[in-house]
Amino acid sequence: MSLTLEQVQRIAHLARIEISAAEAATTQGHLNGIFRLIEQMQAVDTRGVDPMAHAQDLGQRLRDDKVTEEDCRAAFQAVAPECEAGLYLVPKVIE
Amino acid sequence: MIDASLNELSRALAAKRVSSVELTGLFLDRIERLNPALNAFVTVEAEKSLDSARAADARIAGGGAGPLTGIPIAQKDIFCAEGWRTTCGSRMLANFVSPYDATVIRKMHGEAGLVSLGKTNMDEFAMGSSNETSHFGPVRNPWDRERVPGGSSGGSAAAVAARLAPAATGTDTGGSIRQPAALCNLTGLKPTYGIVSRYGMIAFASSLDQGGPMAKSAEDCALLLNAMAGFDERDSTSLDRPTEDYARDLDRPLSGLRIGLPKEFFGEGCAAGVMMAVQAALAEYEKLGATMVDVSLPNSHLSVPAYYVIAPAEASSNLSRFDGVRYGYRAPEYGSLDDMYMKTRAQGFGDEVKRRILIGTYVLSHGYYDAYYLQAQRIRRLIADDFVAAFRQCDVIMGPTSPTTAFKLGEKAADPVQMYLSDIYTIAVNLAGLPGMSLPCGFADGLPVGLQLIGNYFAEARLLNAAHRYQQATDWHRRRPEGMA
Repeated sequence: MSLTLEQVQRIAHLARIEISAAEAATTQGHLNGIFRLIEQMQAVDTRGVDPMAHAQDLGQRLRDDKVTEEDCRAAFQAVAPECEAGLYLVPKVIE
Repeated sequence: MIDASLNELSRALAAKRVSSVELTGLFLDRIERLNPALNAFVTVEAEKSLDSARAADARIAGGGAGPLTGIPIAQKDIFCAEGWRTTCGSRMLANFVSPYDATVIRKMHGEAGLVSLGKTNMDEFAMGSSNETSHFGPVRNPWDRERVPGGSSGGSAAAVAARLAPAATGTDTGGSIRQPAALCNLTGLKPTYGIVSRYGMIAFASSLDQGGPMAKSAEDCALLLNAMAGFDERDSTSLDRPTEDYARDLDRPLSGLRIGLPKEFFGEGCAAGVMMAVQAALAEYEKLGATMVDVSLPNSHLSVPAYYVIAPAEASSNLSRFDGVRYGYRAPEYGSLDDMYMKTRAQGFGDEVKRRILIGTYVLSHGYYDAYYLQAQRIRRLIADDFVAAFRQCDVIMGPTSPTTAFKLGEKAADPVQMYLSDIYTIAVNLAGLPGMSLPCGFADGLPVGLQLIGNYFAEARLLNAAHRYQQATDWHRRRPEGMA
């Protein structure tokens, strides 16, 4: 398998990372090298093997449905790039 | 004092032979003098540290001190600490001052009374094996400043090796505690997954990430793990188990200990000098009463390929939170919301982080998920099952931590795959979720070599016991680099 330049640009778009044409070419080389390493997996017959998502086979814990957190909005918004009246500001989305 | 163990420091503080303010001042002085040559710390706030030291001294005077109260420690800059800049080695968080404490920080400082000396440099978002991907520049290895300290916990390793701190924290997703410990002549422990809370530990690959101690001895690691470990309801993967004293078995004799030697760790691909030091350590273990058992981890060669699907997949998801809206960097100029995301992430992330996000995005995308992500998860099961079979025949698995000693700055920076193979002996441990350690076992051409110990689930006390007895019989772990007086 080998990624085309167009695929690299499409993945970058999916990941929301702007990429120049020159960067895409360098990245293409690096990613294809990494995928050559990854391809070693394809030689292994894993039929019937249960995928392992996690080191410990545990279910999700449930907690009581009650408020446990204090209001930290001011502290958390203090580190935001742009806030106003308790809201995060971003470029206009709806015209 | 700079070579003292944590137990010795604890006794000196309890007997009032030294105060925490004096001890903290001593290490802050060393950081001021020696850090410019090493770049091990990215943030030092002397007044904050001294305030904590004064509080610790008051606690000692009041009789409410624990065994670690007043002892200074360096924190990897992946742990959020309230009021401290927490960068994770990234431009994305270069100005982020955390509004809250990670559980590890709360337990170590708030409860145990350790004093933070500052935040240590690291590979960006813990993605790297050389500390060269940090936005704040590479860390230099105190044993040879033209060489890397390993990564991603390279700043913590260099800081303790140069005695800028008595001990430090690290995190290990694929070897990030053990490999820098090996390259800098330290003892480092990656606990069983789920033992140490991940709350407030900036996420890289959540099913693999685990925090742990980096110190000068196994005994110090045991004391630190006692302060770090424990159930945390704020981490959904934290294990609710009875509290353990990880130092309880340190002195237990090793007679009867069965050491498994996986043939895959003793074949080609390991530098001759590293292998010689490891073999000599195994001979020492035989003298201590252990017996050697041949075991096999037949799928271990697949651990690096499987890891470079699973870890990037989880990273691409975890790092989607960095979008320039709620915290961290935002590009200065942009048009639409999408353009803001794209420019923010292009400028805020470094090359290695972007590569891993792209790999992860691809392997999770429609049409590729089964061939890559599911296949990697199936191989992860095979790798974990290999360990289950091996631990039927032995108590501890041993081998080299890293295939080479510390390599030169820039040597592997141009080829990601070469860098990834630095972790060939450590990654399988994370995939399985097992505890692993590295301890100093000699030198090759003047550079430290690490012996890796791998234990069964929850066998931390056993690993620490095996490491401690070896350290009672050898003095490799006491060696420190020259020129760091």
